[in-house]
Amino acid sequence: MTQWKSVPLVLAATAVFAIAQSKVPRAADGHPDFSGIWTNASITPFERPADLAGKEFLTEQEATAYERSHLRNVDKRDDIKGTNADVTLAYNDAWWDRGTRLFSTRRTSIVIDPSDGRVPPLTAERKRQLQMIADARRQRCEQPGCGVENSGILGPADGPEDRPLMERCLSFGNVVPMISTAYNNNYEIVQTPNFIGIDVEMVHQMRRIPLDGSPHIASSARFWAGDSRGRWEGDTLVVDTTNFRPEAAFRGSDGNLHLIERLTPVDADSIRYQFTVDDPTAFTKQWTGELMFVKSKGFLYEYACHEGNEGMSGILSAARADERKAAAKSGR
Amino acid sequence: MSNCGYARKWSIVALLACTPLAAFAQSSNPAAKRTFEAKPDLNGVWQAMNTANWDLLAHGSSAGAVSSLGAIGAIPPGESVVEGGVIPYLAAAAAKKQENFAHRWTDDPEIKCFMPGVPRANYMPYPFQIVQSANTILFTYSFAGAVRTVRMGIKEQSPVDSWMGWSVGHWEGNALVVDVSGFNDQTWFDRAGDFHSEQLHVVERYTPRGRDVLDYEATVEDLQVFSRPWKISMPLYRHLEKNAHLLEFQCIEYSEDLLYGHLRHGKGETK
Repeated sequence: MTQWKSVPLVLAATAVFAIAQSKVPRAADGHPDFSGIWTNASITPFERPADLAGKEFLTEQEATAYERSHLRNVDKRDDIKGTNADVTLAYNDAWWDRGTRLFSTRRTSIVIDPSDGRVPPLTAERKRQLQMIADARRQRCEQPGCGVENSGILGPADGPEDRPLMERCLSFGNVVPMISTAYNNNYEIVQTPNFIGIDVEMVHQMRRIPLDGSPHIASSARFWAGDSRGRWEGDTLVVDTTNFRPEAAFRGSDGNLHLIERLTPVDADSIRYQFTVDDPTAFTKQWTGELMFVKSKGFLYEYACHEGNEGMSGILSAARADERKAAAKSGR
Repeated sequence: MSNCGYARKWSIVALLACTPLAAFAQSSNPAAKRTFEAKPDLNGVWQAMNTANWDLLAHGSSAGAVSSLGAIGAIPPGESVVEGGVIPYLAAAAAKKQENFAHRWTDDPEIKCFMPGVPRANYMPYPFQIVQSANTILFTYSFAGAVRTVRMGIKEQSPVDSWMGWSVGHWEGNALVVDVSGFNDQTWFDRAGDFHSEQLHVVERYTPRGRDVLDYEATVEDLQVFSRPWKISMPLYRHLEKNAHLLEFQCIEYSEDLLYGHLRHGKGETK
């Protein structure tokens, strides 16, 4: 395309952007108003699938085809229906709530940088640490008394501390950063000039974001959701989070995780949400993901996870039963 | 102030002498700020300063659950926060309260890190934060990461019972009035076993007594448990520290041994 031809296009794009921007609701202090209930449910994969390598965006047609084929492929349990295996799996597609659509950007992955849509490799040292942890857990499960984790891997179950954070209702992997997951992809934002609170539906984990210009708490203080501070850069809310508990690993991150999130209004009903993972001891380079938040109707309801965690008792009881069975078999 | 009391007999003198003191007393707690909507600004980190979480009623000091903790574990004394000093239990409920008290070191939902319900969440010995926008007022609590959302003027009823209830708010002059219903029957009012059924209905009033103090009242109604409505009242104080931020107190991991310890490897019937 020659130079002169692109000028009207740029003007047109600017005009569209200006119209969208004029529809962005404003708070009394003039900043974009993010108040309300939002969802980021989506079937957009976290990393770009191998068969879409080199393709950052789908066309409209391709996106429709992708969504249709996803619908055809849900609930792949036909082969195990009526068997014990079907019952022992956690949920089926009647319970999952990923939605049926890709993000409106038609990107082929949540990861947008690096451009191959894949999470960059871990550092050699972090790889070694994680391998050591995994090896130790696998070794312990050469003995009876383990339990299958959500990932499908067998994990130790001597006590609750052995189990993944999710099973303990301690922290879910979709809170910081806020990424779409299997269900409960809803968020309520309450915004004031000095503070933004985000109630994350998943186990009612709270994002507390002071906009008061104060520094982070000292690094000795660690939290599952980290310690967040926000600031406005034009119309973009930038949230800087550090002080994570080292166990709250996100895709292999460690206690040095520094997360930068950027929320930019697109129009009255959507926010472009980007997060950058900065953790030089865990990843060989920084990486960034992008999701779209869409306005949702209705309310957010209480998710009391720990209060009704019969699952933990069940997991540990089953592990003890497994031990008894093994002991009886070996004649002890 | 004693000068003022003395001077009260001499009305003109008293007026002149006491006015500066009265003005000073007010300026130490300046008028509540206003939001953009001209409502009292309740934004901030708040905390009660009393022992109501131990017992809503008047109590002397007593030994705690764990003697090895010595003075750390002991229960401090406190005045009643219940108006009239009586919780009007129905006969059967009074017996249940005694039973709860006898089993308080195992049955109190606080021990298990369960969400504390309302009004208890407001007078636990931990801070909470009010995040006030025009239509939605978020209460975020340090303890157990509990959260409740006060929706202003909505008509919708709670579709299901919950731990923190269903909060609907409106303004009456300077007071934020919150109607809370939709509770389950699992929470207690204090560590002394005061309890309720799922019929619990709480009406709260938050009235600013200046910028840094809120007068808090909660009227408690539950026909299954109490013979009449009763009321607690107390001030809530603003955290004035420069770095006053609400920090996450996720207590689940400290309750797990209590809840699941009997299912550990090597415990109970397995060995």
